[in-house]
Amino acid sequence: MKFDTPAGPNPIDRLKVVGRATDRIDGKYKTTGTAPYAYERHDAAPNAAYGYVLGAGIAKGRVRRIDTAAAKAAPGVIAIVTTLETPRIERGVMNVAYLFGGDVIQHYHQAIAVVVAETFEQARAAAFLVAAEYAPEDGAFDLAAAAPSAKPVPADSGEGSGGNGEERVGDFEGAFAQAPVTLDATYATADESHAMMEPHATTAAWDGDRVTLWTSNQMIGWGHGSLAKMLGLPKEKVRLDAPFVGGGFGGKLFVRADAVLAALAAKAAGRPVKVALTRPLIANNTTHRPATIQRVRIGATRDGTITAIAHESTSGNLPDGDPETAVNQTKFLYAGANRLTAMKLARLDLPEGNAMRAPGEAPGLAVLEVAMDEMAEKLGIDPVEFRIRNDTQVDPNQPDRPFSHRDLVGCLKLGAERFGWAKRNPKPGQVREGHWLVGHGMAAAFRNNMVLKSGARVRLSADGRVTVETDMTDIGTGSYTIIAQTAAEMMGVPLERVVARLGDSDFPVSSGSGGQFGANSSTAGVYAACVKLREAVAQKLGFNATDAVFEDGEVRAGNRAIPLAQAAADGELVAEDAIEFGKISKAQQVSTFGAHFAEVAVDAYTAEVRVRRMLAVCAAGRILNPKSARSQVIGGMVMGTGAALMEELAVDTKRGFFANHDLAGYEVPVHADIPHQEVIFLDEVDPMSSPMKAKGVGELGISGVGAAVANAIYNATGIRVRDYPITLDKLLDRMPDAA
Amino acid sequence: MKSFTYERPSSPAEAAAAVAARPDAKFIAGGTNLLDLMKLQIETPRHLVDVNGLGLDTVEPTEEGGLRVGALVRNTDLAAHPRVRKDYGVLARALLAGASGQLRNKATTAGNLLQRTRCPYFYDTAQACNKRQPGSGCAALDGVNRSLAVIGGSEACIATHPGDMAVAMRVLDATVETVDASGSGRSIPIAEFHRLPGDEPQRDTNLRPGELITAVTLPKPVAGTHIYRKVRDRASYAYALVSVAAILGKDGSGHVAFGGVAHKPWRVEAAEADLPKGAKAVTARVFADAKPTHENAFKLTLAERTLTAALNQARA
Repeated sequence: MKFDTPAGPNPIDRLKVVGRATDRIDGKYKTTGTAPYAYERHDAAPNAAYGYVLGAGIAKGRVRRIDTAAAKAAPGVIAIVTTLETPRIERGVMNVAYLFGGDVIQHYHQAIAVVVAETFEQARAAAFLVAAEYAPEDGAFDLAAAAPSAKPVPADSGEGSGGNGEERVGDFEGAFAQAPVTLDATYATADESHAMMEPHATTAAWDGDRVTLWTSNQMIGWGHGSLAKMLGLPKEKVRLDAPFVGGGFGGKLFVRADAVLAALAAKAAGRPVKVALTRPLIANNTTHRPATIQRVRIGATRDGTITAIAHESTSGNLPDGDPETAVNQTKFLYAGANRLTAMKLARLDLPEGNAMRAPGEAPGLAVLEVAMDEMAEKLGIDPVEFRIRNDTQVDPNQPDRPFSHRDLVGCLKLGAERFGWAKRNPKPGQVREGHWLVGHGMAAAFRNNMVLKSGARVRLSADGRVTVETDMTDIGTGSYTIIAQTAAEMMGVPLERVVARLGDSDFPVSSGSGGQFGANSSTAGVYAACVKLREAVAQKLGFNATDAVFEDGEVRAGNRAIPLAQAAADGELVAEDAIEFGKISKAQQVSTFGAHFAEVAVDAYTAEVRVRRMLAVCAAGRILNPKSARSQVIGGMVMGTGAALMEELAVDTKRGFFANHDLAGYEVPVHADIPHQEVIFLDEVDPMSSPMKAKGVGELGISGVGAAVANAIYNATGIRVRDYPITLDKLLDRMPDAA
Repeated sequence: MKSFTYERPSSPAEAAAAVAARPDAKFIAGGTNLLDLMKLQIETPRHLVDVNGLGLDTVEPTEEGGLRVGALVRNTDLAAHPRVRKDYGVLARALLAGASGQLRNKATTAGNLLQRTRCPYFYDTAQACNKRQPGSGCAALDGVNRSLAVIGGSEACIATHPGDMAVAMRVLDATVETVDASGSGRSIPIAEFHRLPGDEPQRDTNLRPGELITAVTLPKPVAGTHIYRKVRDRASYAYALVSVAAILGKDGSGHVAFGGVAHKPWRVEAAEADLPKGAKAVTARVFADAKPTHENAFKLTLAERTLTAALNQARA
């Protein structure tokens, strides 16, 4: 099905199943421990041996020699595969660093060997007996030091944000010079780790020249093609299966060392092998959100009309890597005739920087929305009002391109009302409750709505059951449920009659999960397949497909009503289709909007920050399942709070690695850090997005959160910290006298 | 983890003898720290002597009016003990500020004293660390050291003792009771129990090879407001950047020890006379010899301000 005209009325609009707050249909498997995750495929590969990955102990250079003699003689060891005896393996989709093979070390903890043994403990113990000799080389590990040499480069995050290295509209410098009120400030955001609950993990089994990988991956289509290429096999010989994924946040968009090494190790061992990356490897062996240094300049008239806005971001990466697309939202969020955005890239030899939840917007809005707060203060205008005053209904870079549907103002106004924004004291450092300094902050949220082609197969069986098959993944987001809801709505059956089967590369290729494109794209694919199945059913039962109403387990038209199941009485009906997004998706700017509000308390003595309440108002088209959508948004708010207050991969700029490479050192929020969270979805649809009229929320939820918290800290203390995370040491010297 | 042999002795002296007999042996109690370190081959004992079956798990009043806490009393039980809650609030609060409920259920009194540093370089076997591998160097000196010691460190090591319980015990003037292979005991004042790193950072304490902790004795209670204030980067389940264990009167007089700042709980008794004058007077003396790094100099300000908070709390 081609989506090339705005969606008209369709069966989804009935909202009998879609749009209702629905428990996860897969929840019972998770809560009972029966959901088969990649490392626990005892059902599929009961005799799997254990592979343990050894990471390089240098940041850059070459491996001279790997001595495996002692490890090979260790108890239980079945096989050892080293990088020196493996030709360098080609990279898969979106890979920047090479994952394995050859003697070149590009970053710390790059995989140099996998040790396979009968038990995990034996494999791990033997891995410590592998002795590697290195020829280290000097590298560049300090972004601040490398930033002056950074060059503007174009980039696409692969997740919906990107553009040219430098983009200009009007005459920024001229307008900025003439503006009566200006801000010119530089900010920094930290390297961050996805820190998902389930580590990267794969169980691999060969059957002759065919290999199956039960893996943890967000994008089965990309992974399938990538692994075929990396293993030198035709795609038909490779199967990926990822029915359950324990979190990804962008860290599993692509194939990582666990999958490649599980496949190589299983071949070497002659039996199935499972590999999970240990927690210490995740920080340096896999990908991370790169740190940025961002400069924002805003010029405005005294009444608060922005006349000039510039946002430049510098980040670092390995050769062939992209910059963090942190300036993306600045092209779209506010009006202003004279504009400049630029992304600069410095060469660094730290581990690979790549997509992490809302790549671009998460660190970009964390900065832009603090700059807007600073500017509002300079202007003496309320921060909510300042944003409303600079709203735009067209793409400011291309004023002939309207937004499909943009209600940022609605989010800001409703949020302000529900949060009690009017009661906020605009003067910082004024509100004290006991030893707490209390403050309130807000930020706008923005994230583009990307769409990707997405396919599905739908089966109707004689018992009336509808089965959906697609390689779409559920990474904890609730895909199973919204896909089943979509099929139930389309076929007019209760949710319990739908079976959703996901994550298998034998199923039609879907959008996958990433860039908050998954929910809308994949359900639109299911919609397309269901339209075909409805046609087949109608034909079988002698209805005109356009007249037939699918409702309450029946197909009805005029006076006729026939049970749906009857269409499959003499054999299962199967339909397959994909949604393909045409030019319509480019003609207008389709984006999602929101407003975040936060109340914080800062300890007057210690400068510890505690978030006390948070509110998000989101405008993201039709909300397919308010319950799982809310979970997505509050999860984003937690992650944004982490980025604001504590999350930072600590760079050892001398040795070239992230030193705090476990969950004791890399702190993410715990329950005690997270207060009452409220989420409101505006009741809206966007017919330009898909037949579902839905958009994404998973990344909107994190976008802007950090700035809302940072602005609240400023309001509480009068201290502006422009360097994330805002840990207490950055506040302490400027805190009011504690005595 | 290297393979190891395992035994369960039947008495404390037998346990001590078993560990004294071979240099690669270690005691294991709760195992909440040792097992993690063994998995990462930071600790590689080849023989474990399990002391869990030795009793040593009761809290008894002493004739002097104090408490004798068995080495194997679990952190959860100690924090909840009525006498501890009533008379040693600083200890109960310190225990509850540490780790998580699950870990406290398993962790023991003796084991808590012996937990090892959380320096990131200690935890990465590809990096230089004199504490893990004597003579290999200290990557922390010019590496990531925000969480590390501001005072009492050496050119060989700037690790911190990561615990909370020991800081409270330090302000309480606890005594560590031990037994050796011959069955004879000794009492080590808590002040002398943990060491500074010097040129032997591999030695965290002054315990002798094979010497087994049997109990920690608390002297009779000290009146005053018992405060344990732990400051960290998140609200729970994190090591202290700085902690303050204090017992303070309304006039501010009393006792104070600091955690998160040194290789051992840090207390300078001579400075305590200045407590009524306010925090600055005290911390100026307590941290007179501080040698912070660029990353952790904030701990000095934080220690002073946290002590101010404690003093204000006691005065309120």
